[in-house]
Amino acid sequence: MDASIILFYVISVLLVLSSLMVVFLRNVVHCALALVAALFLIAILFVMLHAPMVGVLQVLVYAGAIMVLFLFVIMFLNPTASEPRRKLWWGFGSLAALLLAASLAALLSNGEAPADPVAATETFGSPETLAKSLFTDFVLPFEITSVLLLVAIIGAVVLAKREP
Amino acid sequence: MVATTQAVVTVDLLRWMPLIPLLASLINMFFGARLGRKTAGGLACAAVLASFAIALYVFWLLPATGMFRDTVYTWIESGSFQVKLSFQVDALTAVMLLVVTGIGFLIHIYSLGYMGHDEGMVRFFVYLNLFIFFMLLLVMGDNLLVLFIGWEGVGLCSYLLIGFWYHDHANTIAGNKAFIVNRIGDFGFVLGLLLLVTELGRQGIWTLDFMELQQHVNLLSPEKITLITLLLFVGAAGKSAQIPLFVWLPDAMAGPTPVSALIHAATMVTAGAYMTARLHFLFVLAPETLSLIATIGAATAFFAATVALTQTDIKRVLAYSTVSQLGYMFVAVGIGAFSAAIFHLFTHAFFKACLFLGSGSVIHALDGEQDMRKMGGLKAYLPTTYWTYVIATLAIAGAPFTAGFFSKDFILWQAYSSPRGSTELWFVGWLTAGLTAFYMFRQLFLVFHGECRVDEHVKAHIHESPAVMTVPLVVLAAGSIFAGWLGAPEYLWGSLWDHWLQPIFGGAHEAAHGSLTDEINLTLLTLAIGGLGFLLAYFIYGRASKLPDRLASLAGGGPYRLLLHKYYIDEIYDVLIVRPFTYCSRWLAQVFDPGVIDGLVNAVARGARGFSLIWREVQTGNVQHYLAGFLAATLALLAYFLKQQ
Amino acid sequence: MVPLDYYLILSAVIFAIGVIGVLVRRNLIVVLMSIELMLNAVNLTFITFSRFLGSMQGQVIVFFVMAVAAAEAVIGLAIVISVFRHRRSLDPQEMQLLKW
Repeated sequence: MDASIILFYVISVLLVLSSLMVVFLRNVVHCALALVAALFLIAILFVMLHAPMVGVLQVLVYAGAIMVLFLFVIMFLNPTASEPRRKLWWGFGSLAALLLAASLAALLSNGEAPADPVAATETFGSPETLAKSLFTDFVLPFEITSVLLLVAIIGAVVLAKREP
Repeated sequence: MVATTQAVVTVDLLRWMPLIPLLASLINMFFGARLGRKTAGGLACAAVLASFAIALYVFWLLPATGMFRDTVYTWIESGSFQVKLSFQVDALTAVMLLVVTGIGFLIHIYSLGYMGHDEGMVRFFVYLNLFIFFMLLLVMGDNLLVLFIGWEGVGLCSYLLIGFWYHDHANTIAGNKAFIVNRIGDFGFVLGLLLLVTELGRQGIWTLDFMELQQHVNLLSPEKITLITLLLFVGAAGKSAQIPLFVWLPDAMAGPTPVSALIHAATMVTAGAYMTARLHFLFVLAPETLSLIATIGAATAFFAATVALTQTDIKRVLAYSTVSQLGYMFVAVGIGAFSAAIFHLFTHAFFKACLFLGSGSVIHALDGEQDMRKMGGLKAYLPTTYWTYVIATLAIAGAPFTAGFFSKDFILWQAYSSPRGSTELWFVGWLTAGLTAFYMFRQLFLVFHGECRVDEHVKAHIHESPAVMTVPLVVLAAGSIFAGWLGAPEYLWGSLWDHWLQPIFGGAHEAAHGSLTDEINLTLLTLAIGGLGFLLAYFIYGRASKLPDRLASLAGGGPYRLLLHKYYIDEIYDVLIVRPFTYCSRWLAQVFDPGVIDGLVNAVARGARGFSLIWREVQTGNVQHYLAGFLAATLALLAYFLKQQ
Repeated sequence: MVPLDYYLILSAVIFAIGVIGVLVRRNLIVVLMSIELMLNAVNLTFITFSRFLGSMQGQVIVFFVMAVAAAEAVIGLAIVISVFRHRRSLDPQEMQLLKW
């Protein structure tokens, strides 16, 4: 058995567990923390998949910024009411999700596994390669994304402003 | 009876005959108020005079030419089916033209006086000119469709003019009655027309042209021709007031007297006879229809005459007399003696118009009184009216050498001697002639002779009518004598009339049985019964006596009342037809329409609403529900893709 | 060498778990977090295919997805704050003003 496969199994089990924790835990803060854990694990998977730059970005942006924001808001709002649960809805939802997972899996696993073309290159997934793609082929989406972020900032400020 | 072929000449003049009265009508309609009553009336009369002048001119030129035609434009063009707005004048039309425009002109002049003080005088002339326009369309149309336009148009004008004094509700009801009963006839007419077109079309000929119809008429089977002619006769019965559609004509007397004279005596009501004469080539191929026509004509003539015996309104007597004389015309048609029918139409126009205008003169003099029981002794006050009335009465009664004598005798002789005639027909016609003489002289004596029973305050104002009214009376009276001289029997000086109409109807009528002696004998018999009628009228009404009352109470008064109430036919129609129909209409309007039709529409609306009430529940406002919907759809799609694999 | 299918099945499972969270949880913040989970599952798929097809495009897309997810999380949380101020509740089932 390959070391990478064992690693994969471990990480995937942990990932699934933390996702389930995100969805099923009662305390919001606990859910947020579980999500952070999940994001980290996904970052590890990224690195395993020869995408180190994206993995680092995942940690920096997602786990680092977005989740901090989430926690910030949770603690800002400090919601105390506990949420009611309905067994029927839970069962139904779980069933639907199960179906979804099953059909997706069935669909996706019908392709042939191609040969591994990436093992040879050293630079695949490195910052230089990513940057090169970004600033040549995808420069327009790049610029538009910056505008998008600007809009998001302004929008957030306007929306969350306390009315005088 | 095949008409000889004729030359056809196109002349643009024809269209002006109807057009000038139409223009005058329109001018009066829009500018009449500004022109003032005198000018408007003058314009209307001038327009008809112009048409009469053209008619005379065309009449003068006709024998040399044969037939005139004027095509205005092509109205309908659908494949090989063409209908043109086109006029034709042949010998038959020429006669009708002279009657319509000539007598129409005289009546227009008369109306200047009769309607002179009426505030609706301009409107009157608008309608009257419009009527001339449509009537000319009717007689000059060279295809059935143009004839039908005229047919409908004169019905419209009749309605407008009967209900002329519309402030009195009874007049509008009479107008409605005329129009509706006419419409029933028109329904038959249209069906006949459509059947004719489609049947011929089945044989490949698509036309409504009279000349072309005549050429191809033998393509139709006898049964179809019988059906077509029956339907067309329904139309004629409506327009010309034959049984069972005559009920509108007596009520039509609600209109002003010139209207009764022009429309309901001389022209419109004769349209039915004209139409059958125009389509004679069709009718002669349907012997069953012809015998039906003859029977109905004879029955109508007789029954109307019996009703006229008892009427007390001066115009009603004349109305039933018109119905009766129209019956004579249809007897002639039914025998196939079309020339005789048109001849009687011609002479009847003169003396009936004279009678009506004379009665109008009396009514005018008596400030609107129409009840003959309140008249009497007017001979002294209204001399011109009296003498013209006498002449016209002699004419209608068939006094020797008057117009009515020749035309009525012509028909009676044909009834007796023609192969399609019969002794029974002759007998009924002969009796009716006697009745005619009786009731007409009864009227004469009641109105002009004896003691004056006029109300005192009216008596003070009695005056003879102005020249504008009396001159037409004189002209018409002259016509009542001399017009008939055109159609004398062979043993006298022969019939110019028959000769004139020979290109149309094909010349001499065959006398199947009966010789010259028979003809003379029959004439003498007719004179005899006419004289008998005169004498009876004189003895009962000509002198002061209790006879009228004793006659009325004969047999318990039952027969008298039956005749007075015109056999209760209006009441019978009311119960049998009008009331069920009204009931159905009311049911449809109040039950069916709101309940079923509206119900259906409302049910659809309710259904849509109910449907949407259910489906709108999908919009719960809960985002998670919407997402669940998303998920369901996605699963469906995925299942589809899986199936694909 | 981990086969392609394993990664794909894993991301499908993570996605489905995220779907449960979105549909069922009655706390808006947790719903948003579940959406982030779903996005990450998709990112995983993209990176997997990027690796196995040898193209950088997958990673570039993930880059943009992350940027957009950040923007969306920001706005979403601003809306949550706003809503909480008005209704003092974070239960999506209580926000039914757009009901028929």
